[in-house]
Amino acid sequence: MASFRFTVDGKRVSVSAEPEMPLLYALRNDLGLDNPHFGCGLAQCGACTVHLDGEPVRSCVLPVSAASGKTVTTIKGLGTPEKPHPLQAAYVEEQVPQCGYCINGWVMTAAAYLKKNPKASDAQLRDALAGLKCRCGTHVAILRAIKRAQAGLA
Amino acid sequence: MTTLTRREFLKSSGALVVSFSAPPITGALAQVAAGKPALVPTELDSWVAVLPDGRVQAFFGKMDMGQSLEVAIAQIVADELDVAFDKVEVLMGDTGTSCNQGGASGSTGVSNGGRPLRNAAAEARRLLLENGSKRLGVPAEQLRVEDGTILSQDGRKVAYSELVGGKYFHHQIEWNKQVGNAMDIKVQAKPKTSQEYRVVGKPFARRDVAWKVYGTDRFVTDVRLKGMLHARVIRPTRAACKVRSVDEASIKSIRGARVVREKDFVAVVAPREWDAVRAAQRLKVDWHALDGAFPAMDQLHEHIRGAKVVKREEPVKKGDLAAAFSAPGVRIVEAQYEWPFQSHASMGPGCAVAEAGADHCTVWTGSQKPHYVRDGVAKLLGMAPEKVRAIWVPGPGSYGRNDAGDAALDAAFLSKATGKPVRVQGMRSDGTAWDPKGPACVHRARAAIDATGKVLAYEFVSKGFSRQHIATNESDPADSLVGQATGIPAKGTQIFGVPAESYGFENKLLAWETIAPLVDNCSPLRTAHMRDPVGPEIHFGAEQFIDELAAAVGEDPVAFRLRYLTEARHAAVVKAAAEKAQWQARTSPQRERGGELLKGRGIAFAERNGTAVAAVAEVEVERNTGRVWARRVVVAHDCGLVINPQGLRYTIEGNVVQGISRAVYEQVQFDRDSVNSVDWASYPILEIQDAPAAIEVVLINRPEVAPSGAGEPTMRVVPAAVANAVFDATGVRLRKAPLNAERVKAALSRA
Repeated sequence: MASFRFTVDGKRVSVSAEPEMPLLYALRNDLGLDNPHFGCGLAQCGACTVHLDGEPVRSCVLPVSAASGKTVTTIKGLGTPEKPHPLQAAYVEEQVPQCGYCINGWVMTAAAYLKKNPKASDAQLRDALAGLKCRCGTHVAILRAIKRAQAGLA
Repeated sequence: MTTLTRREFLKSSGALVVSFSAPPITGALAQVAAGKPALVPTELDSWVAVLPDGRVQAFFGKMDMGQSLEVAIAQIVADELDVAFDKVEVLMGDTGTSCNQGGASGSTGVSNGGRPLRNAAAEARRLLLENGSKRLGVPAEQLRVEDGTILSQDGRKVAYSELVGGKYFHHQIEWNKQVGNAMDIKVQAKPKTSQEYRVVGKPFARRDVAWKVYGTDRFVTDVRLKGMLHARVIRPTRAACKVRSVDEASIKSIRGARVVREKDFVAVVAPREWDAVRAAQRLKVDWHALDGAFPAMDQLHEHIRGAKVVKREEPVKKGDLAAAFSAPGVRIVEAQYEWPFQSHASMGPGCAVAEAGADHCTVWTGSQKPHYVRDGVAKLLGMAPEKVRAIWVPGPGSYGRNDAGDAALDAAFLSKATGKPVRVQGMRSDGTAWDPKGPACVHRARAAIDATGKVLAYEFVSKGFSRQHIATNESDPADSLVGQATGIPAKGTQIFGVPAESYGFENKLLAWETIAPLVDNCSPLRTAHMRDPVGPEIHFGAEQFIDELAAAVGEDPVAFRLRYLTEARHAAVVKAAAEKAQWQARTSPQRERGGELLKGRGIAFAERNGTAVAAVAEVEVERNTGRVWARRVVVAHDCGLVINPQGLRYTIEGNVVQGISRAVYEQVQFDRDSVNSVDWASYPILEIQDAPAAIEVVLINRPEVAPSGAGEPTMRVVPAAVANAVFDATGVRLRKAPLNAERVKAALSRA
């Protein structure tokens, strides 16, 4: 057991855990956050995605020790109903999620990618989102929402 | 107007607090005087309530899994009661607040589920008008209602809330004595006609989108109780295993972790989730395995063909098939189609939280049938059903009897065993390897064509594993893994299905045959309902065979279907899909089949419990990789009266993508001993690179026809539409699903 300090959604936190414990369990259990979600524990789906210093990471495999001294942002920290991230606003407009459990992966990955490439083409977006899973099949709506957000960002 | 958030509801319903004796309904209704009538279908108060501030609550025994059913029910209730849509809140899937309407089941959310709500709302309006008439001293027929306020012609008014707000109707209604999907009530009021609808038929946004997007409310995975233990159930890596011994010392270095075992059910619990996960990984269990429980995977369909038939039914049989098939000069066309086992593979593994005491249990579940969870938990723990409350909280995906049903009973069992609240969540393999599967099957099709090109006789016989090795719900522990592992033998039902269409072939046989399960108890290849049970399986074959017949007589696939379809609504969706897709009439395959990128189009049609649907798929096939991309899919959909066109479109879109996924990518991998599809790498599904560029939906609205289902029908036409398009593009007929790149490439290289 060791102590790890980092920032989550603007709040400084400290977690005592085994260094190899995935960040996901620190966020959900030690810090009591409802997001992100456990989907596979294998970095194969994206349901656990958060930003670590602005880059999307799969918190189900990232050791909590790797977050030490860094800034973690969850979907709740990305935007709020009052101050939404353009992607979140677009997701609501386009009514994207069905079960909604996959949402962290898509929104957090796209948010980081659009920062680098706000005018990404359809093909570039599809490549950037490769590896994420959505079992309800909302992929077409996801692309619609990202394009709507791009229009707002432009 | 303030709407009660789902969180407030959960809070008051006990989801976020420990106590079982939390107020039964909501903060607002808790203001109501004591004496709420019993929660039985014969009480109007079991269906609808008017709150002191004029808001309306509808108590719904089904639930919305993200396809906007909640919106549709609110629309129906708003119209019947004459209140604004925003004033209606639908409380779903809590056995403490709703009657057993069967949960999410068979796309009946609107068609069946909406019926009693509609009747109850109409009856409530009638009573309120009667009451208002007395209050205002004006005959009821001279009153009208505007957004929950009763108005007389001379301008006097009284609000619903003044009449009954926060109070109960105490009004008896007639119940049809059915439990589940068929539950309905009879009332004196006459519900409105479709011409009178103001809210039904208009697009309304869902109310479960924002919290999912902002992360501001909770999934079942987020329910936390004080003193709760985290649990993982240990499932063997091989099929048909029994526990020889468990080495509890193997996890003794993990603080607080311990083993719970009964017979072949083994679980670990720990106060911290990570400790439960580590304990599950480390626990040494000596399993006694049965060798060769399964056929080799490449022999699966041979096994099915050769297996003894346990049950056969012939739901459609007309004419004289033997005579027709042996008529002089007829040409026989035959084909067989094969479909693999498929996994629900929900986005997250099943999860449930249970708090069991000596004589009560509360379960928070993502199962789509919480009322049956209540019954199953009651039987498992030896309690009366009324001592158990199951509360549905949105879970990580559903689409049938998936692993959420097992998680609910696991959690209840473990809570009882440990005396603590217990949260169970599976690991990925529990959701992929150990969920109940969609059945593998083989379809034999045969037709006789006479000299004029007319189909004289037609046979379609499906043979496969029953679709219900376990029941479609978890009301009996015999249908759960914990039940079977602790010694309750599986019962199972032998049932399959036949194509749903109206092709008017004079001599026709539609039949099914089922075979025995590979392993009787605790099988990772046990079957249960998966979205549109046996729909995609059967129509993948049936609608390809229709195309094969069209090709055999040199006719365009759309024209051929229109020639034989006998129901006008069936023909209408085929025409509408073809028209929207700008279908060019010609025979398949197309003539230009050179080059690396082959392009084609295909159509498929089916009916499902009153809903007619046709899909046109336009595909691209890469010759050197075998990749199939359904670039554009057009769907024409007729489910009678459309309640919410927006929700309906999105539901159909999801069906299309999931349907492509099942047709092109999905198959459960296994060998003689084990299921080897344990994660997303070994059970690939469609990813975004392969999502269509366009999905276009034509909704045929028939206000004069009662609404039928939309959650599943599209699923059954997509696989054949894709396969027919691949044939059109390549000239190669692929009769085995999935049409993955490896298989397509091999087939093209052989051609």
